[in-house]
Amino acid sequence: MDASNYLYISALLFTIGAVGVVVRRNAIVVFMCIELMLNAANLSFVTFSRINGDLNGQVMAFFTMVVAACEVVVGLAIIVTIYRSRRSASVDDASLLKR
Amino acid sequence: MTTSTSLVYLIALPLAGAALLLLGGRRTDKWGHLLATALSASSFGVGVYQLTQMLGRSTEERPVSQKLFDWINVGAFNVDAGLLLDQLSICFVLLITGVGTLIHIYSISYMSHDQDRRRFFAFLNLFIAAMLLLVLGDSYLSLYVGWEGVGLASYLLIGFWNQKPAYATASKKAFVMNRVGDMGLSFAIMIAFATMGTVSFAGVAEQAENTSEAALTGMGIMLLIAAAGKSAQFPLQAWLGDAMAGPTPVSALIHAATMVTAGVYLITRSNFVFDAAPTAQLLVVIVGAITLMFGALIGTAKDDIKKALAASTMSQIGYMILAAGLGPVGYAFAIMHLLTHGFFKAGMFLGAGSVMHGMDDEVNMRKYGALRKFMPITFATFGLGYLAILGVPPFAGFYSKDMIIETAFNAGGVKGIILGSVTLLGAAITAFYMTRVMILTFTGTKRWDENAHPHESPWLMWLPMAILAIGSVSSGFLLSRGDALVNWLHPLFDHHEEHEQHLLEPIVVSGLALTMVAIGIAIAFVKYSRQDVASVAPEDVSVFTKIARQDLMQDRFNETVFMRPGQVLTTTLVATDEVVIDGTVRTVGKIAMGSGSALRGLQNGFVRSYAALILLGAVALVAAIWVVVQ
Repeated sequence: MDASNYLYISALLFTIGAVGVVVRRNAIVVFMCIELMLNAANLSFVTFSRINGDLNGQVMAFFTMVVAACEVVVGLAIIVTIYRSRRSASVDDASLLKR
Repeated sequence: MTTSTSLVYLIALPLAGAALLLLGGRRTDKWGHLLATALSASSFGVGVYQLTQMLGRSTEERPVSQKLFDWINVGAFNVDAGLLLDQLSICFVLLITGVGTLIHIYSISYMSHDQDRRRFFAFLNLFIAAMLLLVLGDSYLSLYVGWEGVGLASYLLIGFWNQKPAYATASKKAFVMNRVGDMGLSFAIMIAFATMGTVSFAGVAEQAENTSEAALTGMGIMLLIAAAGKSAQFPLQAWLGDAMAGPTPVSALIHAATMVTAGVYLITRSNFVFDAAPTAQLLVVIVGAITLMFGALIGTAKDDIKKALAASTMSQIGYMILAAGLGPVGYAFAIMHLLTHGFFKAGMFLGAGSVMHGMDDEVNMRKYGALRKFMPITFATFGLGYLAILGVPPFAGFYSKDMIIETAFNAGGVKGIILGSVTLLGAAITAFYMTRVMILTFTGTKRWDENAHPHESPWLMWLPMAILAIGSVSSGFLLSRGDALVNWLHPLFDHHEEHEQHLLEPIVVSGLALTMVAIGIAIAFVKYSRQDVASVAPEDVSVFTKIARQDLMQDRFNETVFMRPGQVLTTTLVATDEVVIDGTVRTVGKIAMGSGSALRGLQNGFVRSYAALILLGAVALVAAIWVVVQ
């Protein structure tokens, strides 16, 4: 099977993730969309690894997973804290930096 | 050359007086005028002493020099602050200190009611000191210091009554127009330094032979501009009439007898430059000829007695400049006319001051008339000055002016005929306007107001007038007896080519001149003595009279040609600065501010729009790379 199909799927997933980040307000959903984009990137890495016939891409994918895991921990902690203090998980409500 | 240590006292005495009176302030009010007069007189005493010493020496030993200090000492360029008293400068020294002292004496009485009399005397002393430095300096640079000094003193004294805005303006006008001339002098010094490497008179005289004629012509023209500025010669003559705003003794001393003759001194002193630059010399003659007619024509139309005399001064100095431009044959006659003019014009100005003193400062001659009976001494002294300026034998002007006319005729060819005719015509016009002044002031019917009480001036005022009148009578005869002055000045001027051709014999010239003078007097008599004079200047006069009343449009000319374009230039420059320079800077600022406030809208605090922007940026980047790679 042609490896470029995986890249198309990766692009599709990334687009879905990106659109989700931009259009959704719920912090949890935005967070999941980010995960989706990261995994789309992972899929690309693995595909390139396959195409090139070496392991660089696979190694990169592991790094991404580790970083993503850490990010999930920190991100969820922030979201939970925001929800506790503001009774809302909407990203638009947390626009205090402007003022 | 003889050296002396006493030359410096000539300058130091009046300078100390000026410093003492200016720094001493009101404390010196009571005796300041006496001190100033005494110092001026003692300076005259030093001058007389120097003259007697000079007379006792042989011709070669006569010039006296004194080195004061090393002034400028840079590499190969050395200028000493030195003084030089030779046959030429002693004439000026005695004129300045002599007439100056007389005018100090006159001013004691004339200015007695002025609460600033002390300041007036301080300025007079400052003037004497600066003028002496001008004529005693042994280099163009020392001369320049004196030159600027007299400019300053003249400015201070013209604007002495500066509470009147018109007078303050007159002093500024004189100062600014003098600056134009001063620029010429500084350029001349620069040319001398650049081409000859020296600025001393002796050095320049020595180098003149080895210097290109072009450089000397340039230097000569610049010196001429300088002389024109200080001596109120065409085209820088416009300030002299307004300079009459100063107190009358100032007009007599500075703007008639001494300072305005500085230009004649400069040209005579620079004879080695002009003798080697015929073009510049020709220009000197032309300027002199133009000015002598210019001043004479203005003089015919003026009703202000001081302005009429000022126009006459301009014209008489035109004679001197013309004579100085005729080369070695003319220098001595220029100086002779300068000396005799110093006597009779100072005398007449003091006479005018005396008339004003008796007439409550009225200057309009149409409001005078019949003053002969009320001011007999003023009339007599003024009348003697009048006869002297006309050139009636045996008065002073006869000797000096006739010599100039004769020399002009003998200048050779067409030039001689033109110059001779101009000087003759000038003599006729001089006779006309001076007779007019005499008739309007002293004879005819009285035209003054009821409340004017004309009276003779006190003896402190008429005594100087009387002494000057004696000078007006005798100086010409004494100076020309056995060619005394010509022989005295002879060693200074190069007489390598004697003009032997005589177009007209002296006796013929005298006859012609006297005929012209008689014609001028006759016209004035017919016009002003046979018919009544209106006490208000008539308005329905010919266009020529109108032009002459406005000083031959000199102010309008200056305004149109220099002042208006200058204003346009400055307003254009200001506008350019405003629009182009400031505009550019402001536009840069506005762009920064505008783009800042436009971009500020992006910082809305919403995370999602930031994310969208990042996404857009990434897409744009990828698209750009894609386009480039494709």
